[in-house]
Amino acid sequence: MIRLERVTKIYSDGTEAVREVSLEVERGELCVLLGPSGCGKTTTMKIINRLICATSGKIYIDGMENTSINENELRRNIGYAIQDIGLFPHMTVGENIGTVPALKGWPKARRRKRAKELLELLRMNPVDFIDKYPRELSGGQRQRVGVARALGGDPPILLMDEPFGAIDPITRVDLQNEFLKIQQELQKTIIFVTHDIYEAIKMGDKIALMKEGRIVQYAPPADLLYRPRDEFVAGFVGADRGLKGLQLIRTKEVMWRSPPTTKPDEEVMAARERMEREGIDWLAVVDDEGRFTGWVLSSHLEEGRKVKDIMSTSAITATRNAVLSEALSLMLTSGPNVLAIVDRSNRLEGVLTLQAIQNALREAAQKEESQ
Amino acid sequence: MRHQVILVSLLTLLIGATIWITSLGKVGIYSTFTYADLVWSAWAHFKMVFIAVIIATAIGVPLGILVTRPGLEKLALPVIAGASVGQTIPSLAVIAIMAPLLGFGLRSAIVALVIYGLLPILRNSYTSIKTIDPAVIEAAKGMGLTRAQIACKIELPLARPVIMAGIRISTVITVGTAELAVLVGGGGLGKITLTGVFAREALIILQGAAPTAAMAIALGFLLERVERWTTPRGLKGA
Repeated sequence: MIRLERVTKIYSDGTEAVREVSLEVERGELCVLLGPSGCGKTTTMKIINRLICATSGKIYIDGMENTSINENELRRNIGYAIQDIGLFPHMTVGENIGTVPALKGWPKARRRKRAKELLELLRMNPVDFIDKYPRELSGGQRQRVGVARALGGDPPILLMDEPFGAIDPITRVDLQNEFLKIQQELQKTIIFVTHDIYEAIKMGDKIALMKEGRIVQYAPPADLLYRPRDEFVAGFVGADRGLKGLQLIRTKEVMWRSPPTTKPDEEVMAARERMEREGIDWLAVVDDEGRFTGWVLSSHLEEGRKVKDIMSTSAITATRNAVLSEALSLMLTSGPNVLAIVDRSNRLEGVLTLQAIQNALREAAQKEESQ
Repeated sequence: MRHQVILVSLLTLLIGATIWITSLGKVGIYSTFTYADLVWSAWAHFKMVFIAVIIATAIGVPLGILVTRPGLEKLALPVIAGASVGQTIPSLAVIAIMAPLLGFGLRSAIVALVIYGLLPILRNSYTSIKTIDPAVIEAAKGMGLTRAQIACKIELPLARPVIMAGIRISTVITVGTAELAVLVGGGGLGKITLTGVFAREALIILQGAAPTAAMAIALGFLLERVERWTTPRGLKGA
């Protein structure tokens, strides 16, 4: 879908920003350009939509050389989202999202419909937001609108330069997860620039690690973690690759599906029996609709009472798409060494245990090293 | 709201004073100017300011924007410096020098006022474009807007309030400077003030000065309204 062939950028003052970069990104793949600042990752990205023109080398998009198309025409078919967002302050959210559709000559009603769809997709209520101006939004909301705007003209390709860079860590994690979910549906071909190794591992199907204008290693995240090509890669990945490996696994892959549960009105005796039978010291408490409400722990069991008298309510949960590092940090704050995995309406889908995380990590490392 | 109350009281005071002096008919041995004189001078004054500001805008806005364009940026400093010279020279000198150059009359007065009023318009036009968030322009470019589209749909609407402010400042300054136009035969309310100076009659000076001040305040207020009205909604109340 996107192919770079020995792309080089040398500025007039002699600095070599990008040297002989070759790269191929398949349709529907998310390719991360990763590296320290000044490594040429942003320059490489901007050469693709010709915001910067290459000194030498070729770029093919769908087999066509990118210089063979009018530059504005080219850009209208490549979504573009940047860290500083750059929303147009004098236009409403809807008008911002409709920018490329307007350039493509879509009628007004269709543009508005598209804006509504995209707001919905990014989990912003269209009725509340479509006529707001950028200054009325929070930082996280602006980032969302920035991404929605990049998707406006439904381009097959997206270029994203640290699109979640300028927001607080919690909002960033939310946005990353939502974006990954959206990407599963949309299957865009994406070039994603970041300097954050955690983000790269989490988001990327493949990572191109860059240094001084060159690609040092271009590989799936697991390879980068467990089979670094040289000292630089190993150093960039860091010594705690076990922890970073937690970014590669999602809770749905290791959670205990249909875990043992109890209900608030159950007798404590029955709960105890179930714990003993399963060989565990906890039970998830769910209500009649299957919604998670809290935990019963074996240390709190008291004879002759009901579950609701001794249970500890908890609202700390994760979704099935959370990566293990996020789940683990939630688990550490939730008290028991278990974490409830719930769907959007808080119905219990599974339980994540500390043991399961350990096993998953051990397996991943063994599998990688035996290859 | 409070701002408006102060403005209205000031205007009332100035216009009241003018009417009072005019109604006196005589101050010491001198007759005061008549209502007809007053209205005629005020109209001449306004016309002169209006023409000068229109010309200064016609030059300043395009020029200020032009020197922000890539390739012409090197010209920005000399152009703004050049316009600043017009303002660093005392207004009296700028006006006085026009007489030997262009002869006496309205034309000299207007040229001098344009030179003097150009800087705020030029500088604001330049700054208005320069202070647009570069991320906004980059995003626009990255989405495939042409240079003309960026200029018309992004830069101009965002720059408009600052440009309008420049025009307002220039207008207010020009109303004051135009008092001196009488020295090169330009007429206006300066005629009344200057007569007062020669006659050494404070009230006659005031008969010219008070309506000038009233005009400056009124035009400033009016243009501020226009400014607010032309500001895109997304930029208001920020």
